[in-house]
Amino acid sequence: MIRYAIPLGLFLLLAVLLGVGLTLNPREVPSPLINKPAPAFSLPQLHAADRLITPKDMQGKVWLLNVWASWCVSCRDEHPVLMELSKMNVISIVGLNHKDKRDDGIKWLQQFGNPYLLSAFDFAGKVGIDYGVYGVPETFLIDKQGVIRYKRIGIVTPEIVREKILPMARELERG
Amino acid sequence: MADFTKVSRAQLFSFRGIVCALFICITVMAYGAESVKDVQLERRVNAVASELRCLVCQNQSLADSNADLAVDLKNQIREKMRDGASEADIVAYMVARYGDFVLYRPPVKLTTVLLWGGPFVLMVLGLLLLVRRLRERGRGAAEAPLTQADHARAAALLAGTEAQGEAATGGKR
Repeated sequence: MIRYAIPLGLFLLLAVLLGVGLTLNPREVPSPLINKPAPAFSLPQLHAADRLITPKDMQGKVWLLNVWASWCVSCRDEHPVLMELSKMNVISIVGLNHKDKRDDGIKWLQQFGNPYLLSAFDFAGKVGIDYGVYGVPETFLIDKQGVIRYKRIGIVTPEIVREKILPMARELERG
Repeated sequence: MADFTKVSRAQLFSFRGIVCALFICITVMAYGAESVKDVQLERRVNAVASELRCLVCQNQSLADSNADLAVDLKNQIREKMRDGASEADIVAYMVARYGDFVLYRPPVKLTTVLLWGGPFVLMVLGLLLLVRRLRERGRGAAEAPLTQADHARAAALLAGTEAQGEAATGGKR
């Protein structure tokens, strides 16, 4: 009996390991930026090239930094969720328009609606690199002290808003 | 036109040769000094980039990838190296943004102990298993007495008439 139990046990162990592996998303790399200060930047605004925007402007608030672009297809899927979230008026969303053309970005917001308090215009994508962005859309939840608390790679779904962003934001708002 | 006809064919050719040589000289002088430096820089950039994983196409290194982000990152590396950044600076810069995952050779840490040690643990386990097996087998062979049939087969083999020997043991083994 034991002769068969050992290979069977090994097989089951391997099956469980591989099974868990299948449910993980290899694209979701843990970010080293969690619980670190949000990298500083100073970028022109998308709608006003002569005005700058920096994370310091948001000091004292819990806010979301959402990386988007008009060329990003999944940003369109995400967009209604952000619109819904902005209507709830519980958290400000700042956009980071990533490697886009200014006119395209503005047109995109006109066409689909603008959930952002403001959007920063990151034409060269250098701020994106500082934030470790590698798959647009990405979303960062930043606390009152300017520390990144949560990062979402890929689209923000209604479940993530409900189960992650809103509870965490509420918690951070209190703290 | 009249002047031109006076120039002999040979003269014309040598004149062309001089012009060509001049052009080559100018080109080489313009690029020479710069390009030696650039080639060295490019070599360093490539060496570092081939140690770093491209995040968009995870099975390629930054050096191999032509993805948009990879090109941007290589430009960033080049810029930093031109400003005097060392290889270690570049690696630290990348890890600060993308985590240990970008390294093809992750550092030995508590979270990566299994990754580094796992193969050796498996090898030791395998060796222990092998040694145990071999010992058991050795003991088994020594203890098992030869049967009548085995003796008959051995005798047949020694006599060079194995076919008969096999028939004698009933074709077993």
